[in-house]
Amino acid sequence: MLADKDRIFTNLYGFQSPDLAAAKKRGNWDGTKKILELGPEAIVDVIKKSGLRGRGGAGFPTGLKWSFMPKEVKERPHYLVVNADESEPGTCKDRDILRHDPHTLVEGCLIAGFAMRAHTAFIYVRGEFIREREALQRAVDEAVAAKLIGKNNIHGWDFDIVVHHGAGAYICGEETALLESLEGKKGQPRMKPPFPANVGVYGCPSTVNNVESIAVAPQIMRRGAEWFAGIGRANNTGTKVFCISGHVNKPCNVEEAMGIPLRELIEKHAGGVRGGWDNLLAVIPGGASVPLIPKPICDTVLMDFDALKEAQSGLGTAAVIVMDKSTDVVKAIERLAYFYKHESCGQCTPCREGTGWMARVMTRLQKGDARVEEIDLLQEVTKEVEGHTICALGDAAAWPIQGLIRHFRPELERRIAEYRGLAKAAE
Amino acid sequence: MSLRRLAEKQPDSFAFSAANKARVEKEVAKYPAGRQASAVIAALWIGQEQEGWVTKPMIEHVATMLAMPSIRVLEVATFYTMFNLEPIGEHLVQVCTTTPCWLRGSDEVVKACKKHIHDKPHTISADGKFSWMEVECLGACVNAPMIQIDGDTYEDLDGPTTEKIIEELRAGKTPKPGPQTGRRSSEPEGGPTVLKEKV
Repeated sequence: MLADKDRIFTNLYGFQSPDLAAAKKRGNWDGTKKILELGPEAIVDVIKKSGLRGRGGAGFPTGLKWSFMPKEVKERPHYLVVNADESEPGTCKDRDILRHDPHTLVEGCLIAGFAMRAHTAFIYVRGEFIREREALQRAVDEAVAAKLIGKNNIHGWDFDIVVHHGAGAYICGEETALLESLEGKKGQPRMKPPFPANVGVYGCPSTVNNVESIAVAPQIMRRGAEWFAGIGRANNTGTKVFCISGHVNKPCNVEEAMGIPLRELIEKHAGGVRGGWDNLLAVIPGGASVPLIPKPICDTVLMDFDALKEAQSGLGTAAVIVMDKSTDVVKAIERLAYFYKHESCGQCTPCREGTGWMARVMTRLQKGDARVEEIDLLQEVTKEVEGHTICALGDAAAWPIQGLIRHFRPELERRIAEYRGLAKAAE
Repeated sequence: MSLRRLAEKQPDSFAFSAANKARVEKEVAKYPAGRQASAVIAALWIGQEQEGWVTKPMIEHVATMLAMPSIRVLEVATFYTMFNLEPIGEHLVQVCTTTPCWLRGSDEVVKACKKHIHDKPHTISADGKFSWMEVECLGACVNAPMIQIDGDTYEDLDGPTTEKIIEELRAGKTPKPGPQTGRRSSEPEGGPTVLKEKV
């Protein structure tokens, strides 16, 4: 288990005040000027060496992403954009950072912004997080008043933070859709290239990072790349906020070491699976978009990028959705299929039409009102959607269904047989 | 995609109150010169706070204010699902029914809304006080099931606690937001397993 002294979010649950004075007591804003004095290259280097991988789902190396920004500012200003559009079902970690530990993020914005030579950060908070964006704005205002950020601040790098909000669209968590939305448009993803580091918000070089990726940066800079890299496994380093929801005795968020065994995570922090470990059916380990894993895999799997990839799933946002044996697993995935249908932006045909089609077939499969061949057809259609759209929403809609077919095909077939039997009996 | 259209019946005009106009101007000032369109979501949101829903005259008013073609503002109003395109009750109850909430009993929360508000979603209750709707994941999954009413979230619900919250609001009281089971926020029930000395 991660030692308390190695936790970055020491006010995750909000038992203490989120305000600046309390945040400083917790160690935020300590020696920030010294960190900036290292210079942009050295900061990027430390983040690279720490092994930090993006905490928003894709797991792209954060330091490398920062290094894609132009080394010189020319006529177009640079922007840091923070993705606080937390909407992946099962995920509620950024919410706690925003409302309880916002100064970790505000300080992180200054450091990351400086490292990419940006004088402005936009933080895009999902529209539903009303109290959270109020809390964040309070923290930003405090930091400006204390001259930690803003014009002529004590750190010698002019830096503004703009708290921006959405109005209900899962797709805006996709970085280029977020940029479109930030510009005042519908949140429909852009083609890449050009990548945001070249053409981002307002056509200027921009980097989009998840809240947690930015909020852990100050502590990495203070304690050193080796400290962060020493937690977890190679290529899967550091601490991570896990969200454990569903059929556990005590659902919760908790910051733990990357690579903690799934079983240990659930039993130590979430009070175990309802009815005991043997009552476990399956777990969705990384938010709605990743394929579920059945109990035999859950018994031993580690919670990090590579281990879950080996298990044909993913760490995603580290949102662990637990389902016990009482779960109608087909209904659980059918509800996710409906979610993706609802949230498809409608831009690409395979996703717009495919998510609706898949959701309709899933609704029939849940009742068993289908033919066995339709399971194969559904699998084929998921493959036609996956990889054929501008953004990853198509993939995200396909993967949960593929996971269901991979691990629960006998259950799908049983339902079809049962439904047909009942239909015959009725005749 | 969700199909969203403007309501057939529309008011004749719209204007921001003086205070809200100032709020919109403050939003516009957050963005670089010439990028006032970035404030479109905030402007519509403030308009919705004032009127309860987004109207056609409001869309046109915001378009003029932000120097945007009104079709662009219409696109935004119909794309983002938090914009109500028809009148709502005094309080809008948004029930999350996505898988993490469903696993923990959001069906019971929906039942409570049907019983205490209206059998159908998007329909104003007889006393005009409420309407309710199902929404996609609101991001409080470790406190499931949950609802959002007027900006506040009510978490760790079941049927009876949902009914209690609705009835308290109906009686003009202010129910306590957050978890309804006594825990502080997202820590495990009964107290955190980590950082115990910080409680």
